[in-house]
Amino acid sequence: MNILELRGISKIYGQLSALSEIDLDVAQGEWLAIMGPSGSGKTTVMNIIGCLDKPSCGSVVLDGQELSALSADELTAIRRDKIGLIFQQFHLISYLTALENVMVAQYYHSLVDEKEALAALDRVGLADRAKHLPRQLSGGEQQRVCIARALINYPSIILADEPTGNLDEANERVVMDILHQLHREGSTIVVVTHAPEVAAHAERTVVLEYGKIARIVLGGDPSKAPEVGEACGAGA
Amino acid sequence: MFWKMLNGALVRRKGKLVMIAFAVGLGVSLATAMLNVMFDVGDKVNQELKTYGANLTVVPRGASLMDELYSLEGDSAEPPRAEKYIAEADLHKIKMIFWAYNIVDFAPYLETAVKGGGQEISLVGTWFNKHLELPTGDEVDAGMNGLKTWWDIRGQGGDDADETGVLVGEALALRLGLGPGDSFPIESLDGQVGATVKIRGVFHSGGVEDEQIFAPLKLSQDLSGRPGLVQKVEVSALTTPENDLARRAAQDPGSLSRMEWDTWYCTAYISSIAYQIEEIIPGTRVKPVLQVAESEGAILEKTQLLMLLLTVLAMACSALAISNLVTANVMERSAEIGLLKALGATNSAISILMLTEILITAFIGGALGYFAGLGFAQLIGHGVFDSAVEVKGLVIPLTVVLVFLVTALGSLPAVRMLLRLRPTEVLHGR
Repeated sequence: MNILELRGISKIYGQLSALSEIDLDVAQGEWLAIMGPSGSGKTTVMNIIGCLDKPSCGSVVLDGQELSALSADELTAIRRDKIGLIFQQFHLISYLTALENVMVAQYYHSLVDEKEALAALDRVGLADRAKHLPRQLSGGEQQRVCIARALINYPSIILADEPTGNLDEANERVVMDILHQLHREGSTIVVVTHAPEVAAHAERTVVLEYGKIARIVLGGDPSKAPEVGEACGAGA
Repeated sequence: MFWKMLNGALVRRKGKLVMIAFAVGLGVSLATAMLNVMFDVGDKVNQELKTYGANLTVVPRGASLMDELYSLEGDSAEPPRAEKYIAEADLHKIKMIFWAYNIVDFAPYLETAVKGGGQEISLVGTWFNKHLELPTGDEVDAGMNGLKTWWDIRGQGGDDADETGVLVGEALALRLGLGPGDSFPIESLDGQVGATVKIRGVFHSGGVEDEQIFAPLKLSQDLSGRPGLVQKVEVSALTTPENDLARRAAQDPGSLSRMEWDTWYCTAYISSIAYQIEEIIPGTRVKPVLQVAESEGAILEKTQLLMLLLTVLAMACSALAISNLVTANVMERSAEIGLLKALGATNSAISILMLTEILITAFIGGALGYFAGLGFAQLIGHGVFDSAVEVKGLVIPLTVVLVFLVTALGSLPAVRMLLRLRPTEVLHGR
């Protein structure tokens, strides 16, 4: 069963075509990586999947709901209810503690539950750092808070934008371990990355070039990928 | 969570918010000072203007009619002598009208011709600084000393306790060859009553008074044979600038509706004060010195307008500063705002959060500015009027409204920016 279906997605900024006729399905519980060089359109894809942007044409179906025709407020509601976002730069609120940063996501979703937020931090190994401000946490710890925040509302899909882009090797391992754990528990994960070693953790990697899907790889090193259509999972 | 976020922003970002509080505080301090001075400047300017003389003249009704008839016939002829007087014993009632506290000072006059130094001299009896005990239990001092403050006196001023001490006009003193400390005899024209007066001081008034002698009222009454009587009373009163209602009432109080009459009677218009004096001392006519009253009104209105403009200017500057600072604040926090939007916060939720934060900061700054403004007001009061400015309670709600409006208006550009901000523009910066 597909949690996400993109059909003929294009995004045009003025004269520039950022995405062109993208078709992509993501199955429930799948770990998908989207790779590509700068300007290939991977962030645009992520924004569209994450309801942060709307495609110029094409349809997006997330968890059975067509998104293309929704208003900005309706997209905000979808984002709040179904999507967990992890950012390269963490984007923690500097004047809130780690715990409060997690609770912010609860606040805008439904009700604030401090115990549950603390459990989410415990899940990423940061229960003892709950009362620390972001500046008192290492980069890896900040990213783990960001992951806890993404998980707190039980999203249908977790979108991670270069989740290890600002981390050293040790912290990268910790973060990837957490993502593996989430995947094992059944979470659907879409990771946007330019790093093959991060993409290698995914079950499937979509490589974008010039706004189009250049190839799709089932796990492993995307450089050895077959051309588009040879791998399963590409849209019709 | 809303309050946690607010508290976090206010406590942990206080350094960033201090400038906003400072901008609001500065504007509010100026506005508070100006508003307090503006509301008090009426009394202050009135008080200042009172040093330039009386603005009401009380005369016996008969005398007034004669004067008016005379003025219709022409100015060249001598006015017929009005044999009407006001009882000195009634004068204290002037301080018992509804607007008693607006009566700054008053002085009676009784003019009589006497012989002295071989010539006929005009002698005016008056109170210099008469101490009055009112039936209400209040005690007041009234007299010419407080009304003719611009007189330049060489020697001593007048004193009611000195029954034969007089002030002599500069021109008359020169003609008679007299100076302060000199004594000389005077007598009534019929020679029946006489006295030796001592010159306490020689004054320069710049008017016809320079040819006259000003003596204690009792002496004048004795010399003229009119004990307990005065010819006219000059009154200096704090008044509200005249308006259409006051002008209509001055012409005919009977033409006012009941509500208009109440409004007019309970407002310190010069015409309503005049009316009340006529009520309390029957048989008198009180004539406003309209030139003085109107000048006072005009000066007052212009001064208040100036204060109001300064207030508006201060708040406009404050709004501009707030606008810049809040916009900078939103720009600086664009990633945070983008994140909140990405997490599902609506535009209105974020706007309310930001505006509440700015408003709390503004009100803290405003409160500090208010107290600083009270200090500025006192500086202005002492520097310009040599007296403290009364703190007006009305300024507090006005200041609250001003802070709210200025902060809301100043934050508008930032809120517009906040509404337009798209999370995709600020969350993927690499």
